Order: sequence, then C-alpha cells, then structure tokens
Amino acid sequence: MKLGANLVIGGALFALAIFVGLLAPWLAHTDPVMDANLLNAEEPPSWIWWFGTDAQGRDIYSRVVHGARISLTVGIVSQLVNSVIGVTLGLTAGYWGGWWDDFVNGLTNLMLAIPSLIFALAIMAVLGPGLTSLLIALGLTNWSFTCRIARASTLSLKSQGYVQAARVLGYGDFRIMITQLLPNMVGPIIVIGTLGMGGAILAEAALSFLGLGVRPPYPSWGSMLSEARDQITTAPWLSIFPGLAIFLTVLGLNLLGDGLRDILDPQSRSRRT
Amino acid sequence: MTGSPLLEVEDLRIDLNYRSSHVAAVEGVSFRIDRGETFGLVGESGCGKSITALALIGLLRQPLSIGAGAIRFDGREIQRLSAAEQRALRGNRIAMIFQEPMTALNPVSPVGRQIAEMFVLHQGKDWREANRLAVEALASVRVPAPERRVKDYPHQLSGGMRQRVMIAIALACGPDLLIADEPTTALDVTVQAEIIELMRNLCAERGTAILMISHDLGLVANVCRRVAVMYAGRIVEERGSDDIFRASAHPYTQGLVDSLPRLGSRAALGRTRLTEIAGVVPAITDFPDGCRFNPRCARATDICRTTEPETTWLDAGGLVRCHHHA
Repeated sequence: MKLGANLVIGGALFALAIFVGLLAPWLAHTDPVMDANLLNAEEPPSWIWWFGTDAQGRDIYSRVVHGARISLTVGIVSQLVNSVIGVTLGLTAGYWGGWWDDFVNGLTNLMLAIPSLIFALAIMAVLGPGLTSLLIALGLTNWSFTCRIARASTLSLKSQGYVQAARVLGYGDFRIMITQLLPNMVGPIIVIGTLGMGGAILAEAALSFLGLGVRPPYPSWGSMLSEARDQITTAPWLSIFPGLAIFLTVLGLNLLGDGLRDILDPQSRSRRT
Repeated sequence: MTGSPLLEVEDLRIDLNYRSSHVAAVEGVSFRIDRGETFGLVGESGCGKSITALALIGLLRQPLSIGAGAIRFDGREIQRLSAAEQRALRGNRIAMIFQEPMTALNPVSPVGRQIAEMFVLHQGKDWREANRLAVEALASVRVPAPERRVKDYPHQLSGGMRQRVMIAIALACGPDLLIADEPTTALDVTVQAEIIELMRNLCAERGTAILMISHDLGLVANVCRRVAVMYAGRIVEERGSDDIFRASAHPYTQGLVDSLPRLGSRAALGRTRLTEIAGVVPAITDFPDGCRFNPRCARATDICRTTEPETTWLDAGGLVRCHHHA
C-alpha cells in the first residue's frame, strides 16, 4: 500500500513538533523565562539569536521551542478530553436511543450553535486564566463533532451481523460497546481527533492572545503572539516565528488527519481487501 | 431422553405492532425439542421462522413482541427470566449460528479472541486459559493449524472457514441447544455439505439439540429427525422427516415436495415441467380468513375460506392442520 503524501508530510511535521517539545530543554539555547537581558533587547535574527530576541532580551528560538510543550499539551490533552466525552455520549446515545439519544442530540446541537471560542471564553472567565483552566475550557467545548461521528457510526454498526451475533451470544450492552462497536469506529474518531488537535492549538493561541490562556512569562505560541503585537512593525520576528510554529503544526495535523482518513476510511479499506 | 423436553413452545403468537394496530406475524405455533434431538423448521421467506427463533432466545425487539403463549427452556419460562438471566442463557446454553458468515464476525478482532471471549464471558475463565481453549475449539471444527489461525482476522478466512469459526464460537460453551438459521445458504454446495456434516457430528458427540431453520426442505430433512413446515405464520404440518417426503399430509407440504427436482425423473417420465405452487405468499397485513393457504390450494372448498382448520394428530405420528389432509 502506498502511503499518501498528506500522511507523510503531515506526520513528519507533527513528529517534528513532538520531537521539539520533548527535547526542548536540550534544544533551547537559553532559559526561556529567566535569561532576560535588556542589553540584548529586540535583536533581529542572527547567528547568535536564530529567531531574534524580544523586548526583554529573551531568545525567541528558545521560547518557541519551549512553547511547543505548552501548545502540544493543550492540543493533545484537550482533544483527548473531547474525544472521551464525545465518544461516550455518542456511543451510548446511538446504542440506547430513546430519551437519552434525544437529550444528547439536543446537547450536541446546543454546543454546535454556540461559537466554541465564546463558550471557552465564558468558562475561562469563571475559572480564571491558567493552563489547567485552559485545558478544561477547550476540553469541554469541542466534543460535539466527535459525538456526532460516534453516534452515526454506532447507528450504522448496530445493524451489522456481528453486533447482532454478539447479542445472540449473550454479550451485555457494555461488552458490545467496548468489543464490537468501539474498535470499528476508531478510524473516523482518530481522524476527527487529529483535526481537532489542530483546532485546539489555534484556540489556545487565540485565548492566550486575548490574555486568558497561559500567563506570562511562560511561553506559549499564542501568548508570544499576544506580547508581540505592539512591536509588529518594529520587530516583526517576534510574531513571525511563533506564528510560523503554529502554522506548521496545525498544517501538519490537518494533513495527518486527511492522510489518516484516506487509509482508515472503511470504504477505502474495503476497496483494498 | 424421556421426561421434560429441552424446549417447549406452546401456542406462541408474535405481534407486529404498527402504530396502534397489532398484526399476528406468527400465531398458534407449538413444538417441542427433546435433549439431543434435531428439529427442523421449514418455510418460505417471511413465514415467521426467523422471528420465532429470535423469540426463543428472548431477542424480539419492537415492533415485534410476544403476544401470547409460552416458551419453556429446560422447564423455565423464557419471558419470565430477567434480562441478566436471559443473557446468561444466550451463547451459553442456547447458541445460534447465522446465515451470513461474512458479516457475523467482528472484522477488527482476531477470530481466536472472538472464540476466547465466550469462555471469559460465560465461564469466567482468564484470558490465558480462554486462549488455550480457543485453539482447542478451532481444532475441533477441523480448522487446520489452529494455533496459527487464531491470530487471523475474519477477512483472511474463506466463507467455509468463517462458518467453522462461527460453529466453534456457538459450541464453545457446550450449549444444550443450537439454533442454526439458514447456516449454509451463503456457502457453495460442496462446502455446505462439509459444514452440515461437521455441525451434525459435533452436536451428536456433545448431545446438543439442533433447531435448524431453512427454506430448503431437502437439507432440513437430511439433518433433522422431525420437521415442521410453516406457512404464513403457522405450523401447517409436523412430521418425522422420512414421512414428510413419502406421505406429506398438507397440500402446501406436498406442493413443496413436488416442486423439488428428482434425480432420474427425466429418464422415468420423460421431459416434464417442475410443478410449482400457484400464487404468492399473502402479505402479513392481508392474511385470508379460514385456512391461510386456501387461495393457493387446489383442494380448497368453502369451509377452508371460513374456518380455521384444527390440529389433527395423524396415526403415523405427527400433526397436520388442514380440513382435507391426505
């Protein structure tokens, strides 16, 4: 089987981001928070300062590298929370139907009707800024797509012979859900999860830009952009590099999602067998 | 083999609930299966044989429901059992194999695991032990190299192999009753014979009773000791499988038997047309009054159009429901 270009490029970009995040302390030249030196303020990119320095003289390269940790943590953890909520609700709603299905459907439609960033803002306003509240806010706002996919897959899988057979063989509801339904829908769920991770990283950037995300002096790509907005004409490198990091990571995740869809889609799978 | 029967169905009625009306899709069905016995249920598509089987294992879902009658398995009435008790029965003491071996196995799970799951689920074995038993189960259905095959996914196996796996799963827990719903329809004829032979031998060894459901009268008569013929939701005749060919009493059964091609008939009688039963099965909402077979029956008289025939017990054994039975 030939791997799609999407999958290879997307996978490489995402792997690069993970690699950078994991090895941040070794890749960074200086400490992203403590090594401020006003004598080096607003240096343009050079051999010493790869990505330049900011108004406090901190190395932008080191801050971007460390920022990968925060952005990826937010992306992965919040999307994981979204997937768990979405799959649990969608699977049970599709399987049991009845009033529970109506309730979950209503809730999903409600979530889809509220712009998720506004909803996340509201949650952040209640919880206060910070990484934990950011994870909670983003984890609670984006499960509706996963939920819909899980519910739709359940509805179509439910009538499959092997699900019926499992029931005849004495499987209980939960065993059917875990052994028969869930493994057969992981493909689309992973695809949606990958795309959602990109969305979460963007949402983190937006919330941090608005001052509600990760608090300074800790570097997240969004908060770096936020701090850089006053100097965008005088020192454009302050915004270009964190922006580029966000762009490449989200692009990588979207390409990866598309590539995974190509190989995990049940239709393309049946074409191969 | 005497005493209480393994399965006893008494005057079963299955309702099809549509909006506020009820239509009896199956009515007045009674039969019994003793331990280790083989019993066949034959009929055309839509005559109610498959939903009868679903009723036996307590899996009728809306819009179908049991309207009247009783199903007793090993002396206990199935409808009265709790959901958990019914579940403990299914797959453990009553197992079922299906028409479509292509779709009845989970495509993303190795077959060995699917067999092993039965031991974990019903016998509380740990996975190590269950996996070992799965290899044995696969060997017992004569799958070659079972210790390698357990790791295969369903799409790596042929249709016949998959049906063998289904039989292994169904017989894993040593059930008392195996319901086989058109078990070989999706297979080609040579494989069909092997599978039937395998199923019959395994069940005979273990004393498992078989309820075989099929539209193929010849196949059922070959496997089963007794055969019941269903037409439009009712059992019209129940006989020993030898008698049903030799001296079928109901005109519908006779029609079925006559419509089978016979080996050597061309040599004996010359080129003749196969006899068919005129007309089609009535729609479930549109069953005729009296005997439900009367519009297609050559022997029908006025009484057939007004009065439902009673059950007649035949001297030769068996029963028939017809005003003018042979």
